[in-house]
Amino acid sequence: MHAFRFDPVRMPASAQALRSEVRAFIAAEVANGAFTPSCNSWSSFDADFSRKCGARGYIGMRWPKQYGGHERSALERHVVTEEMLAGGAPVGAHWIADRQSGQQILRYGSERAKHTILPKIASGECYFSIGMSEPDSGSDLAAVRTRANKTEGGWNISGTKVWTSAAHRTNYLIALVRTAPKEDDRHAGMTQFIVDLSHSGVSVRPIYNLYGGHDFNEVVFDGFFAADDMVMGDVGTGWKLVTSELAFERSGPDRFLSTYQLLVESIRAIGADPDARSANEIGRFVAHLATLRRMSTSVAGMLERGAQPMVEAALVKDMGTAFEREIPETFRHLIATEPALGDGASYAELLGMTMLRAPGFTLRGGTREILRGVIARGLGLR
Amino acid sequence: MSEMCNDLLNTVDRICDEHCSKPVRESAEAGAWPAALWQALEEVGLTRAALPEAAGGSGLAFEDAMLALRRSAYHAAPVPLAETMLAGRLLAAAGMSVPQGALTVAPVRRGDVLRFVQGASGTTLSGSAHRVPWGNLCAHAVVAGELEGKGVLGLVSTARAVRGVEKNLAGEPRALLEFDAAPLLASAALHDAPARLEAEGALYRSEQMAGALERTLEYSLQYANERVQFGRPIAKFQAVQHMLALLAGQVAAASAAADAAAEASGLAPDAFAVAVAKSRAGEAAGKGAEIAHQVHGAMGYTREHNLHYNTRRLWSWRDEFGNETYWQSRLGRIVAAQGADALWPTLSRL
Repeated sequence: MHAFRFDPVRMPASAQALRSEVRAFIAAEVANGAFTPSCNSWSSFDADFSRKCGARGYIGMRWPKQYGGHERSALERHVVTEEMLAGGAPVGAHWIADRQSGQQILRYGSERAKHTILPKIASGECYFSIGMSEPDSGSDLAAVRTRANKTEGGWNISGTKVWTSAAHRTNYLIALVRTAPKEDDRHAGMTQFIVDLSHSGVSVRPIYNLYGGHDFNEVVFDGFFAADDMVMGDVGTGWKLVTSELAFERSGPDRFLSTYQLLVESIRAIGADPDARSANEIGRFVAHLATLRRMSTSVAGMLERGAQPMVEAALVKDMGTAFEREIPETFRHLIATEPALGDGASYAELLGMTMLRAPGFTLRGGTREILRGVIARGLGLR
Repeated sequence: MSEMCNDLLNTVDRICDEHCSKPVRESAEAGAWPAALWQALEEVGLTRAALPEAAGGSGLAFEDAMLALRRSAYHAAPVPLAETMLAGRLLAAAGMSVPQGALTVAPVRRGDVLRFVQGASGTTLSGSAHRVPWGNLCAHAVVAGELEGKGVLGLVSTARAVRGVEKNLAGEPRALLEFDAAPLLASAALHDAPARLEAEGALYRSEQMAGALERTLEYSLQYANERVQFGRPIAKFQAVQHMLALLAGQVAAASAAADAAAEASGLAPDAFAVAVAKSRAGEAAGKGAEIAHQVHGAMGYTREHNLHYNTRRLWSWRDEFGNETYWQSRLGRIVAAQGADALWPTLSRL
């Protein structure tokens, strides 16, 4: 049989109630004017909203209660994430910490890291960035050159990370760093560190993206001191850790719902009685979306069982991000409008905003070419 | 998947390994009835696997029965298993008894209408049904129509109704049946019988496409690892790897969509889930077959390699019981009519 499987999932009885609860919460927030639903809402930054999510128990849902978590299942967490994204809720501030960094700390962090950081993430007050890419190391992650040298009680880190989303507003990042010189096994000698961005020795410089927004940053370490208890797992095991972190990063509904608001507004603009072509295209997207949802939920079920569905996650992300990018490209033909700059208040602005963000969808979290390589390896071709 | 289902899938594999060889497939395409294959499938209860236990089924969950059907399509078994399962489930839904032997269903071509007429000596059937799958090789057809504005289901003998036999691209027989006041052997009311037949047919074809796609992926992986060019297996070329990754995605999507539809259709077909499945699996069929052939090069273009038994079925099945455009448009109209804000609640119900 194949190297991948998407087993059916039976949702726990609690999932439906939770779904209704989250949906009602989002509707109330929208009604209050707390936010306007937007595309790509997991790249937003709204600390007030994150604190509300924390207070309601929507962050760190799977973690033990002793670390501020709620001991709920992967499937319950999945329900909350997809409801937030479908509702276009501004979950970006806590997204990375909840999706992957907290999970990594729980698994590989020191007791001090778990006790000091996880409860603050869960309450929606502590945010993370991702410290993987470097100027000369993007898809080829094993080429990282940022170095850490052992010193009394910790490590001195020097080097540069780049494309570091929201680092000017987050509290921490987890950096993949070389702790031993490169040898024949290029995956050896790397280590993950938790970096406190409020400490000295680290500076953050903005990189404006193509729509003029400040999301990306360059993060420069100049002898930054990381204490020994900020090391993740064992020194030298960074590659294994970063690989498992990427499994969390790749399979979720954030990989196919980034343009869901544009799909919804396109259906609204087309109206109740679509012409043949519009009906056809809407139906095709709905068929794809329903299928992606099914596959992503299945991956959540596998995570729940403790499996490491690397290939399945890569399949969901590759197909899901292609789907996200196809939505603006198709509906621009069906709804005669010129894409406009702005915050998404009109259809033209929503379309324009989505188009200017879309190139990132098939890059972030592993390019589609890297994903297809992961899939090919799983299929036994490498 | 239950253990019982796992056993059944192993049984399908064993039966097909023994009775679904290349000569059997070829002679079936030439018009012969693969009696040994059919008998073996009947003996293990597979032809009745989709029936509720009360109607003579084996007590298998419906989605497990669909997995067994999918497996038969993986093997490109040239038999009317889907049609027999489908006809039996319609009969059971109408409270009618299910006869022995291979069954087919009619009408299947859009626009074909069979007229049911209530007479003094019982109900009769008139009209033409085109491209009835296996209609020349099944003794009975289950027919759907309307009687006095209500859905009705009938059982009719095909013995004197066959007026011609065409084949689909896979060489499966598609018969023209004509009835002229033919007596029904049995009939009963069934709500929306023609629509139910269509949706159920679309679901079964989705399952079959998922099965055939799985096989095309396996053939493609095997070939790419064996075929050496420029001093290495073509599987080592990134261009080929990326094509195969895309094929895997199509296979996964077709299977997931069919799984969801089968789960939602335990009692009766779920129109939304079936529309998703037939749309998605049909699209995967075309895209998947294209990649599989590209990877196989000229070898896959020959009658000698086995790939075509699956890909010709994919190219046939995607157009039967409604093509992608038909089901996508239906989905699109449902979604548009419900309104944009109803989409997520509809999706999250599945």
